[in-house]
Amino acid sequence: MLHTEGLSVGYNKRVLLHDIQLFVRPGEILTLIGPNGAGKSTILKSITRQLAPIAGTVWIGETAIQTMNEQQLARTMSVMMTGWVEPERMRCEEVVETGRFPYTGRLGILSEKDHERVAEAMERVHVTELADCDFNCISDGQRQRVMLARAICQEPEVLVLDEPTSFLDIRHKLELLSILKDLVRQKQIAVILSLHELDLAQKLSDRVLCIKGDRVDRCGTPEEIFTDDYIRSLYGVTRGSYNGWYGSLELEAPQGEPEVFVIGGGGTGIPVYRDLQRRGIPFAAGVLHPNDLEYPVAKALAVRVITETSFEPIGAAAVREAAEVLHRCRTVICCPERFGTMNRGNQRLRELAARDGKLTTQNG
Amino acid sequence: MRQRRLARYLAGYALLAALLVVLLVCNLNAGSVKLDAGQVLRILAGQQIENTAIIWEIRLPRMLAALILGGALSVSGFLLQTFFANPIAGPYVLGISSGAKLVVALVMIGFLQYGIVLNSAALILAAFAGSLLSMGFILLISGQVKRMSLLVISGVMIGYICSAITDFVVTFADDSNIVNLHNWSMGSFSGTSWGNVRTMAIVVLAAFVLTILLSKPMAAYQLGEGYAQSLGVNVRRFRVELILLSSILSACVTAFAGPISFVGIAVPHLIKSLFRTAKPIRIIPACFLGGAVFCLFCDLIARTVFAPTELSISSVTAIFGAPIVIWMMLHRSDGRRG
Repeated sequence: MLHTEGLSVGYNKRVLLHDIQLFVRPGEILTLIGPNGAGKSTILKSITRQLAPIAGTVWIGETAIQTMNEQQLARTMSVMMTGWVEPERMRCEEVVETGRFPYTGRLGILSEKDHERVAEAMERVHVTELADCDFNCISDGQRQRVMLARAICQEPEVLVLDEPTSFLDIRHKLELLSILKDLVRQKQIAVILSLHELDLAQKLSDRVLCIKGDRVDRCGTPEEIFTDDYIRSLYGVTRGSYNGWYGSLELEAPQGEPEVFVIGGGGTGIPVYRDLQRRGIPFAAGVLHPNDLEYPVAKALAVRVITETSFEPIGAAAVREAAEVLHRCRTVICCPERFGTMNRGNQRLRELAARDGKLTTQNG
Repeated sequence: MRQRRLARYLAGYALLAALLVVLLVCNLNAGSVKLDAGQVLRILAGQQIENTAIIWEIRLPRMLAALILGGALSVSGFLLQTFFANPIAGPYVLGISSGAKLVVALVMIGFLQYGIVLNSAALILAAFAGSLLSMGFILLISGQVKRMSLLVISGVMIGYICSAITDFVVTFADDSNIVNLHNWSMGSFSGTSWGNVRTMAIVVLAAFVLTILLSKPMAAYQLGEGYAQSLGVNVRRFRVELILLSSILSACVTAFAGPISFVGIAVPHLIKSLFRTAKPIRIIPACFLGGAVFCLFCDLIARTVFAPTELSISSVTAIFGAPIVIWMMLHRSDGRRG
């Protein structure tokens, strides 16, 4: 649908990013991610012809956008930009109606069919009841939905969104992106957007384009892009970590010799890890299976994690290793309340700790 | 809901039309020679009676000038407000009227020295050049500062500089016509001839029609440059068209009546409040009517309150316009964020 060929973008003849090759097919969402100031908006502006590219071409189907006239382009592509607009005395319906301008005559008077399209678009993003409200008097989430309705009723083949979720709370983020996803699926629109929220990008996108330095660093499916190491290097993360499975972030782990040993399992350890991290106390975690719920968190926050192979009972070797660490710790916190076949070893550790008088309850 | 809005628009236009008719009648009747409606009607019907000349040669052209130029000024203000996305922009506060005044005064005096009296078309051209000059400065400044308040202050400063130079030039010019020039530079509709009326009618009508034709891109532009572009507006061309139209409208006013304050801000604001919308296609004709009504009213006061002494039109428009502008700035944050 839309693709670029050797596209170089930038301001005032200074190249910011060069040789960008990107493409997006109908019914597909392509997300641009990358550090602040990497040039995501610059690319989007060049694609929407708000900024002349320094070199290269943007194609929509068989046509280069530079050769399209204004109306052709407006009927093919619509945008939703970052930042607020505060139009004077405009009702939401009037804002949405501007989306029909490429289809109206000289004076911009809407036909019955245009009014239907407007109503349809407003229905789709659930803002019908806001039609007569002043655009400046509605909430941020509502504004973004009204702007999306505006973009939808322009009936584009390509929809470009620059950070549509900034400033929205989680409920409105999810709402907006769900509407977007449905829209793409039903209308087979090609969508290009930039997002700050990696967790949402991972879940929403069909493909992801990573921008770093002066080039496109990588382009691929979310599974290829959202790995712990790649995201860390893309954003130059030095403190804290990123979890590729959940798209979650963890703060930097407390450093030093472990002072506390946390016996975990089945997810019970997570609140304790977080509490210790907040208080800046270095700790060791064990004995965990890599398929335990708390394993990724322990990996990110604990100084040391003692593990046993998944689906195997905790064996003598692991217990011995854990006991060694446990003896050097001041305190031991035991989180699980039930012990069974697989974590019998942790029960053994708990007894060891109790004998040393180091065992405290979870709340201690 | 749509019907209620339509009813509001119709009511708004009906109100403006009614006010216009009332003021037209008042303007013809009132003055140092009081005439009743019957007399006026007979004169307009073409009868030669006692005061025919007063109506045909003085009051009627003057009244038409107030009508046409008032409308032009108000529309010019609306265009500038759209351009700067700010309701306190107008040809007077941004110094555009004063720029026009300066160039007109310079050209007039320059030619008077050679004994040439300029015709109205030449005056409009001079005013247009002056408007564009001031506008150029304002655009240069607006490239540097994004804050509207600073832009308005710059405009006021440009206005002062231009006025100061105009005063200077007028003071040292040596011609008997300077009395007229002085009156004009204070702003007045008096002394309008039928020839003037014809010229201003043609220029303003043409500019008005072109403005109406720009109402669609204007509506898109109200959402900002980026959205306008994505809606198929050639933004660069549109901005030039907007500037040229608003300059020619305010230049026409300045050429014939001198600088007139506050109409360009106060009237569009009142109209937008009355119609509860800023949709160009609905508002532009209403702005024109509103400006006409406002100027007819102010001119009536300028002529009659201290008769036979006449006030400058700008003093009267300031008395009625400035409070509206202040009130508007105080209430601007209503219903807005932060």
